Amino acid sequence: MKPILEIDAVSKKYLIHKSGQQPYLSLRDSLSTVFRRSNGKEAFWALKDVSFQVQAGESIGIIGKNGAGKSTLLKILSQITPPTTGKITARGRIASLLEVGTGFHAELTGRENIFMNGSILGMRKAEILKNFDAIVDFSGVEQFLDTPLKHYSSGMQLRLAFAVAAFLENEILIIDEVLAVGDAEFQKKCMGKMGEVSKSGRTVLFVSHNIGAVKSLCSRGLVLNKGQLEFSGNIDESVSYYQQMNYSENALLKVFETSAPFRNETIELISIAASTPNQDVLSVSQKIRFEITFNCLLENINLDCTMEFRTIEEVIVFHTGALVSRNRDSKTGQYTVAFEMPGFYLNAGEYSISLIFGKDQREQLFAIDSCYFFKIDNDAVIGSNSGHLPGILRPDFDYQITHQSF
Amino acid sequence: MYPEDKYLLEIKPKSKFSFGFKEILSYWELLYFFTWREIKVKYKQTVLGFLWVILQPVLMTLVFTFFLGSAITNMTKLNIPYPLFALSGMVIWSFFSSGLSNAANSMVNNSNIIKKVYFPRLIIPFSAILSSSIDFMISLGLLFAALLYFGAPVNWLHLLYLPLALIMISFATLGIGMFLAALNIKYRDVRYMLPFFIQGMLFISPIMFPVSISNNAIATTILQFNPVAGALELIRSIFGNYELNWMTVGYSSISTLVFFLIGLYYFRKTEAYFADLA
Repeated sequence: MKPILEIDAVSKKYLIHKSGQQPYLSLRDSLSTVFRRSNGKEAFWALKDVSFQVQAGESIGIIGKNGAGKSTLLKILSQITPPTTGKITARGRIASLLEVGTGFHAELTGRENIFMNGSILGMRKAEILKNFDAIVDFSGVEQFLDTPLKHYSSGMQLRLAFAVAAFLENEILIIDEVLAVGDAEFQKKCMGKMGEVSKSGRTVLFVSHNIGAVKSLCSRGLVLNKGQLEFSGNIDESVSYYQQMNYSENALLKVFETSAPFRNETIELISIAASTPNQDVLSVSQKIRFEITFNCLLENINLDCTMEFRTIEEVIVFHTGALVSRNRDSKTGQYTVAFEMPGFYLNAGEYSISLIFGKDQREQLFAIDSCYFFKIDNDAVIGSNSGHLPGILRPDFDYQITHQSF
Repeated sequence: MYPEDKYLLEIKPKSKFSFGFKEILSYWELLYFFTWREIKVKYKQTVLGFLWVILQPVLMTLVFTFFLGSAITNMTKLNIPYPLFALSGMVIWSFFSSGLSNAANSMVNNSNIIKKVYFPRLIIPFSAILSSSIDFMISLGLLFAALLYFGAPVNWLHLLYLPLALIMISFATLGIGMFLAALNIKYRDVRYMLPFFIQGMLFISPIMFPVSISNNAIATTILQFNPVAGALELIRSIFGNYELNWMTVGYSSISTLVFFLIGLYYFRKTEAYFADLA
């Protein structure tokens, strides 16, 4: 049988504007650039010469860091943007879930939104009608079906959105990180449904930073790096390749300079660094100093910077935030948030840091998932147990020993 | 053909140009749902709701009649009641202006959707204009009510021209609307230019005055070539004494067709990159 999806030497070039220019144009910009030779654009290859084939029924996890080209690949597969060169042949209907709830309208009721959203995702009206009860049942919002969406809680909106998507009948499903939301119970339900889908013989392409989710859903993995396909193999090999790649690239203790993808209109991340005062390896007994440097582009808000440390298995170690400004007095310019983690805190192992910048501790301004990786080694201490111990924490308590004779 | 080729799809760099009507037909359900959403949402949380469709042309007609009515009737030897003349103008004009501004802003307003899902992009401006055409039907009913109220003679046979008028004005609105919608994605200046443009159009269209108002040949030509003029001429031919000027209809259809083709061409040519620019 022919592969259901053939991706043949696909590349995508973007023209990016040099810093200081807005991504969208105004007529004035356009007119003024007519008369200038250099128009302030640089070519950037978001994808370069990517080829692979997918057999019907396979579920493939696409992994890679931010800016590796995952989203671009999904956008091209979804026909949202055309490739610059190359060709894709699909032998089935593609449904893309790059977000849940596309086309939801706050003024429409839950019922109406099911039809609107389903239709945008490419369902026929007959299909929606056929699955309507199941969708409502899965979402668990029966009582509010005729209430406008604006009165739903965000969790309810999400459940409704996912429920619609769960009943797509297309042969090829392209799913982007839609599970990274919602409460734990609902996430579990979604994962269950996704597992069902991938076992039902349909073809799934799944992008996620959640390595655990990718591992449990997919049988094959593709590792993208800087727009190129670096590795293709079974999912376990791919995940370990990806992890290796991260640690070797983010060479320890080096300040990691961020590039274009890590900024939006409110925050520009400049660097993250982890260091110890005297040694050049991070070890269990050492204090570790973390420094996060970023530009803030908003004035007079309460800015907070939240860090989430995770293990390589995506278990959250902690989620803690620094209030950068408390009295609505943030200033534009460069901020550095630094803190020290005491020694004997984290166990030896590999960790990632995700950042979330927030406004007034309510609204999220910018979130960057797993943007920094570091590794803590065991101390090479003679005598004491320097082998690897299980667990996430590695406390060194001041044990009080008392003894009484019988 | 292999059985698995039933849904064969090739995604390639954009090369050949096509108008893509076949694809739109296969997505007619989505067009329906988009239109339905527009209509549903439009008058949500308003007190008067659909009454706005009637109030706008009525109020404008009252203003025109009060300030300009007798002057224009005397000047141009208008042989139908001025309120009817102005109301018929406003009915067409409301459709044109609301359809145009809906269509021109439609792509930008739906940019979150076009960045996430593929479907033929033309569906968006099409649905914007389809939803305006519902308003048009309602205000057409208003026009007939006014016709009966004034007891003016009616040329019943000319009712057959109504569909033609609707098609002409729809094409004109669509043509300019598609062009501006595509342009708006790239240049947000359109949003600011639009109210000014629509206001300007009102004064160079035979809405509140007939084409015969001006002796200036250039002004007359502009009025005749105006894409709105043809539909106006056809709809006014319903009035018993109105002399239908086929020249105006002809000129206006030419410009309508030109606007439509330019708009469609530009939209189709640039749509592949909407998601990157929006």
